[in-house]
Amino acid sequence: MKLLSLESDTRHTKTGLRDDPKFAAGRIAVIQYVTVAIFLFLISGFWDLQVRNPELYQGLAERNRIKSVPVIAARGKILDRDGRVIVDNHLSWSLLLSRETVKPEHLKAIADGLHLDYDDLLLQLKRYKGRPKYEPVIIKQELTPADIAFVESHSDPEFFPELELIHAERRLYPQNGFAAHVIGYTGEISESELDEPEFAKYETGSVIGKFGIEKQYNDTLMGVDGQREVVVDNRGRERQVLGIKEPVKGKDLELTLDLDLQTVAELTLEGRKGAIVALDPRNGEVLAMASRPTFDPNKFSVRIKSSDWKELLDNPDHPLLNRAIQAQFAPGSTFKPLMAIAGLEAGAIDDQFTIHCPGGATFYGHYYKCHEVDGTVSLHKGIVRSCDVYFYNVGNRLGIDQIAYYATQAGYGHASGVDLPNEASGVVPSSEWKIRNFRQKWYAGETISVSIGQGAVTVTPIQLARAIGGIAMGGVWYKPHLLKSAKPEPPHQLALNPENVAKVVSGMCGVVNEAGGTGVRAKLPGVEVCGKTGTAQLASNAFLKRGGKAGKDNAWFVGFLPPEHPEIVVAGLYEGGEKSYFTAALVRDVLKAYVDKKTRLGQSLLAGNKPAPAAPAAPVSPDLPKGTEPSTPGGERE
Amino acid sequence: MSGYLNVRDIDWGMVIISLVICALGVVQIFSAAHGTAWQDAWWKQIIWTAAGLLLMWIATSVDYHALMQHITALYLLSIGLLVTVLLIGKQAFGSTRWIPLAPGVHLQVSEFVKLVIILLVARFMTELHSDTLETRDLLKVLALIGIPMLLIVKEPDLGTALTYLPILAVGAFLAGLNWRYLAAVGVLVILVLPVGIHFLQPYQKARLVSFLDPDRDPRGTGYQVIQSKIAVGAGGMWGKGVAQGTQTQLRFLPVPHTDFIFSAFAEEHGFVGVVVVLALYFMLLMQIVKNAQTAPDRAGMYICMGVAALVLFHVLVNVGMVVGRMPVTGIPLPLMSAGGSSMLSMFLMLGLVNNVRLRRFVN
Repeated sequence: MKLLSLESDTRHTKTGLRDDPKFAAGRIAVIQYVTVAIFLFLISGFWDLQVRNPELYQGLAERNRIKSVPVIAARGKILDRDGRVIVDNHLSWSLLLSRETVKPEHLKAIADGLHLDYDDLLLQLKRYKGRPKYEPVIIKQELTPADIAFVESHSDPEFFPELELIHAERRLYPQNGFAAHVIGYTGEISESELDEPEFAKYETGSVIGKFGIEKQYNDTLMGVDGQREVVVDNRGRERQVLGIKEPVKGKDLELTLDLDLQTVAELTLEGRKGAIVALDPRNGEVLAMASRPTFDPNKFSVRIKSSDWKELLDNPDHPLLNRAIQAQFAPGSTFKPLMAIAGLEAGAIDDQFTIHCPGGATFYGHYYKCHEVDGTVSLHKGIVRSCDVYFYNVGNRLGIDQIAYYATQAGYGHASGVDLPNEASGVVPSSEWKIRNFRQKWYAGETISVSIGQGAVTVTPIQLARAIGGIAMGGVWYKPHLLKSAKPEPPHQLALNPENVAKVVSGMCGVVNEAGGTGVRAKLPGVEVCGKTGTAQLASNAFLKRGGKAGKDNAWFVGFLPPEHPEIVVAGLYEGGEKSYFTAALVRDVLKAYVDKKTRLGQSLLAGNKPAPAAPAAPVSPDLPKGTEPSTPGGERE
Repeated sequence: MSGYLNVRDIDWGMVIISLVICALGVVQIFSAAHGTAWQDAWWKQIIWTAAGLLLMWIATSVDYHALMQHITALYLLSIGLLVTVLLIGKQAFGSTRWIPLAPGVHLQVSEFVKLVIILLVARFMTELHSDTLETRDLLKVLALIGIPMLLIVKEPDLGTALTYLPILAVGAFLAGLNWRYLAAVGVLVILVLPVGIHFLQPYQKARLVSFLDPDRDPRGTGYQVIQSKIAVGAGGMWGKGVAQGTQTQLRFLPVPHTDFIFSAFAEEHGFVGVVVVLALYFMLLMQIVKNAQTAPDRAGMYICMGVAALVLFHVLVNVGMVVGRMPVTGIPLPLMSAGGSSMLSMFLMLGLVNNVRLRRFVN
């Protein structure tokens, strides 16, 4: 011990170190308390995370590792009546943006690199706000090779690892807006739609039908998207597949459209503004429906660019309007066959009834013009020459309410019920209608204008086709439809006197086939076509008085064949066409396509049926679906 | 003098606690790093531990008074090595901290300079003439420590540089630092901080920002904090089991075998495991402090308290970072984080403590 203390002494003197280690005992105690406090501080941190709300963090950890990647289900194809493909799908690349990993400052560069609208992109992301973060957003579809190159060259972690490419089957619509109004388009479900109950079953980001058949039969066409759940690590690499929910493809849809007729209808309308509708009056099948101007549904396929959408909306010609079912115009002289049958049926006139047309007539103190001086006019000549004075008299004898009755029976004034969204109903004026809408009584003078399809009466092309077809069928009006598998509903019927029908039909045959007929341009060699022209003033006189600019008149034509047991009725509207015989030529082309096809297929129903009204029509082609054969009052067969 | 040394007198409690922590660390390194580029880090860690025990014995054997005699030489050697690091050092993760020693072995000089700083502070404080620390002396020792700190900040490795401060702080506190000075320093720091932030590296600024508000940059620096908190929280009370933590195994956790080893541990062993390990660290610290209390002289007391201060600071900052209560600084958890330099320097420090302990009966 002594030695030790000695040694300690030397050390002390050498270094001047001091030996009273207890001098800081109190301060060491302070440090011990600080240590305790620090450990309590740390443990409370773990208590917070691990004991108070572990579920929250367990959930976060789960989500961290599981990524769900949508597998887009293909929509069903849309086929024509012969099974030919109208709308197909094609395999394309879509681009997913992970909302979990996206850095806001990247968005601008991504938008630029992919030629996306930056504001559109932000808007789209905003819409996903309420969704779980691990659900990605599809920010671009139909990637071009340049887009794919951009994504792949920027997939490294230092660029945009938030981007991921997936395969998707996308809509491939016909080019040049072919049948665009019938087919419609698809698009991403919008915010406002999501709030409506009918869209409740869809989710943000779903691509649904928005227009036309795509919308009408969305539930059939739309598949159920699948999902791949994968475990990923922090680099986004898949490490394990947890589960795959296979996508369910949508069902194909066969339409009643006939591509051959549709093509002709589209071609004849090209460069014009108007619509063509072809119906089979025996069952209501829509054989062709075209509207111009048109639009390119491919631009909509998922999300249309804001600029493209604005351009469509701002176009004064309203390309999105399906004129076949939405254009409501005065029918003009195409209203006259209905007036004739109404007059005959109601007994207001008979086939002996004639008038003298000096080029105009005065009713109720007003002078009403006729376009020509027709001399003595009978029913037949009245239809063939489209004599206004004759039908002024018919209308005057019938009165507005009788006209309204027959017009309504023929399907005017209410939607035809075709399976397309947003059909217009047209207007059939009546004394009740006048009171309801204007709180005024009907003036007999107004009937005179309505008698020739002017005034308040408006119709759509599909209504016109259906009405004329039904009259030619002897009073059987089927509901037009586009879905081939649809069971035809029982038609609306009004037993017309076959003799009366025959007289009107004969007049309509004269329109096309007789010298002096207004629709001779619809004449086809070897087949008898019946039809009626119509020219309707675009602006009312009152409108012109207010300083409105007079537009060109709308030209109508409606034609059908064969005269007895009609198989096809075609209505054409040529907006601003001025002369109805222009439209007659358009309708003729479609009818010719129908006849040509029949001939080509050897179903020469009409070939041997040279104009011989006395002889019954050739047998109905045997391949017609059962139950579609109409019960024509004109001639019973089978 | 070595004749007085007896293996039985070593603080076995302290050593055993350290080895238990090391063992837990090895298991966790294995669990966190298998299947990665660091999958053999666990057995390297065992080798480092063995080497550490050897170094501990050497550090125990040489009388700490002798070491303190040569503090000037040690200090100059440290400065020289730190400058060498800056000149020829090996880069990793954007900073230069290592000197290649042998193939595959790199020395992180700043870890070993810690020992010199401990000895330096101990010697400086022992040689004071009064029982209250004068400002002049404080500034002097601050300047001495400041030079190596600046060199390390230049690497850049702010975290390790900061670990030198608690050694000084505890030393100054024990040496009788006037409370008023403490308060003055506090005010000064608060005033200087905004200016200081201006001189921080961008990544350091980002770390500071993400510490204050991790959700602001969830994929950047805040990412580490968020992922670490998720890992810890997901562990719950009992943990997910060894090698079962998804945060760890799927690499959402950054560097789960080094700086974030404790979040990996917390995920796989839960709150219970956390409390056990923190209790071990607490016992280790108390053991070191006990050795300070029984030290034969002020120098020994300062050495032990310097070691305690350093370990406490490491635990506070590293574990605090794991639960999001401290900024991300990148300093390892002593005895657990994989890494040779940190391991060896830790055992050298334990050696110093034993060194003091073995000489406690000297007076």
